[in-house]
Amino acid sequence: MSGDGSVVVGWQRLHPLSPVVRGARGLVPLVVLAGFSTINRGPRGHGVGPQDLIWLALVVVGVVFGVVHWLVTRWAFDGATLRIETGLVRRDSQQLPVARIQAVDLVAPFVARIFGLAELRIRVAGAKSAHHLSYLSASVAADLRARLLAAHHGLDQSVPEPAEHPVAVVPPGRLLGSVLVSASTLGAVIFVAALIAVTSVSTAAAAALAGSLLVYLIGIGQGIWRRFNEQYRFTVAVAPDGIRVRRGLLSTVSETIPIRRVQAVRQIEPLLWRLFGWCRLEVDLAGVPGHGRTGGTGRVTKALLPVGSRQTADYLRHVVIGPIEPPRSRAAHRARLKAPLSYHFLAAGHDETLAVAVTGRVQKVTCWVPLDKAQSIRRVQGPVQRALGLATVHVDVPGKRVGAKFRDRPVDEADRLVEELASRSRGARRRESVAAAVGAARTGMGPAPTFGGTGPDGGAPPPSSPPMPPVMGPGWFADPARRHQARYWNGTAWTENVADAGVTGVDPP
Amino acid sequence: MKMRLTEIGVVTAVFAVIAGSVALAVASPAVALVAVVAIALCGVGAWWFVHNRFRAWGYLERAEDLEVRRGVMVQRLSVVPYGRMQFVEITTGPVERLFGLATVKLHTAAAASDARIPGLDPVEAARLRDRLAALGEAKAAGL
Repeated sequence: MSGDGSVVVGWQRLHPLSPVVRGARGLVPLVVLAGFSTINRGPRGHGVGPQDLIWLALVVVGVVFGVVHWLVTRWAFDGATLRIETGLVRRDSQQLPVARIQAVDLVAPFVARIFGLAELRIRVAGAKSAHHLSYLSASVAADLRARLLAAHHGLDQSVPEPAEHPVAVVPPGRLLGSVLVSASTLGAVIFVAALIAVTSVSTAAAAALAGSLLVYLIGIGQGIWRRFNEQYRFTVAVAPDGIRVRRGLLSTVSETIPIRRVQAVRQIEPLLWRLFGWCRLEVDLAGVPGHGRTGGTGRVTKALLPVGSRQTADYLRHVVIGPIEPPRSRAAHRARLKAPLSYHFLAAGHDETLAVAVTGRVQKVTCWVPLDKAQSIRRVQGPVQRALGLATVHVDVPGKRVGAKFRDRPVDEADRLVEELASRSRGARRRESVAAAVGAARTGMGPAPTFGGTGPDGGAPPPSSPPMPPVMGPGWFADPARRHQARYWNGTAWTENVADAGVTGVDPP
Repeated sequence: MKMRLTEIGVVTAVFAVIAGSVALAVASPAVALVAVVAIALCGVGAWWFVHNRFRAWGYLERAEDLEVRRGVMVQRLSVVPYGRMQFVEITTGPVERLFGLATVKLHTAAAASDARIPGLDPVEAARLRDRLAALGEAKAAGL
């Protein structure tokens, strides 16, 4: 492996230890199974029986497969396309053009971390699942990721990842607290209390109950552990190319969420969390566009903030969809008859670019949908709603049953809403496609792109927010101040991130 | 429309015969008669329901989007912009083929969009599909 970071165009193999790591992950269940079968055979099972031979054969086959897979897998990156070839019998050659990359994640499972390895997961638009490169040594993986992202933004491969501003770290204590006061834990506590109550009446019944409860408790314990393991040391940082998230206790994940791919933002406030002023912030990304059997695009939900204060959540939301807050209005008063349990939350509003809706009974869910991402607008009116003169308007985004719900609005308002949301989403979409066209024109340029004529010419340093913001997506452009080769444009304003001959730096515009 | 009505008629008749013979075998002829009448009433109810349901179903091709409305009890109205269509589909089941009908289905990236137009004449269905496909291509927008 050459880890010197220079541009290598030749084919490269995965790290030689990858079969070991893959094997170790598969080995655990195998060992458990073997152990069970040995126990079942009892004390007379000494000597080499046919079962032992079968286990041995399985292990040998596994090892051979692992080594062969390593031998036939190779990858190369030439600055425009990442090629991955694998497979002995059925040769599988994948070509991933950098322009279509949606996200590059670095994942390091526990076993891989012991050996200093990491897996690179590349999501490409139109692909069914992420492409894997498992495993590379951690430094090679990080280097390849930086090169892929730089190439994706139309920069020279040697440009390192732009600097980031850390926003929030979720302390382990708060994470643990948030998990403990969640509903499933409460359920467990109630069950145990019920168990104790039953024990005081009849021991036999309690024993029977405890058996079934144990399974339930184990399930809850696993859930808690998984959340804790996945979200331990959750770190959010804002960088010009997206929001960076690092998390994980045993296996670490480092992912970049590209802001333009966000379809909807949701803020969830469960009942007990509200006591502490906590909330969770999630974003929906479009996964696979197209021809799924379910008739919808796979939705990828990512937590931006597993638990945090509302201020932090507000800040992150502003980064993702802008600091606009459409005025909200409550649902009609007579909706109380139809939705007595959720009436206190129901509210919704919209402006030129954004729709926001609040729903929920015990758990408050606020959903923001940028109107240019809306897939369709629906008005649904049930019999009870008709009797009350109400209707619900849905703004659908990719995925299953997600989107902003304008619940229980008066009929005339609902009718107006449908028209208004449809026309505004049309307008927003048009602005967006203009921006995309500008972006496409930009990718055609060389590694040191020139500013596309939308900014001020000549020596005068530009204002940090141009009076008439050019409709243009975020990306690296020639520095309008002419002090550096490139400066990052975040879609609305120039940032302080600059790059010179492949080295990023910070210089306020 | 006609297809559904015929379907209901056939299903009702079959059920009535089965229930009648079972009741006849187990109980008296009077009970059998009551059962047959009850099922016939259900059939009439279903006929009326489907009749209304089909009258409520409609679509409107607008300049920028397709509007589909349906439902009697729960009334639904979907507005799907042409640019958001991922693909258009025509399906014809065996019973539909028997009656010479087709269903046009519009898929967007959102699973909830729900734009389905059943019971179309195959020629109209093909015309609608081609028109929607052409419009979708002209106004396509990325995700």
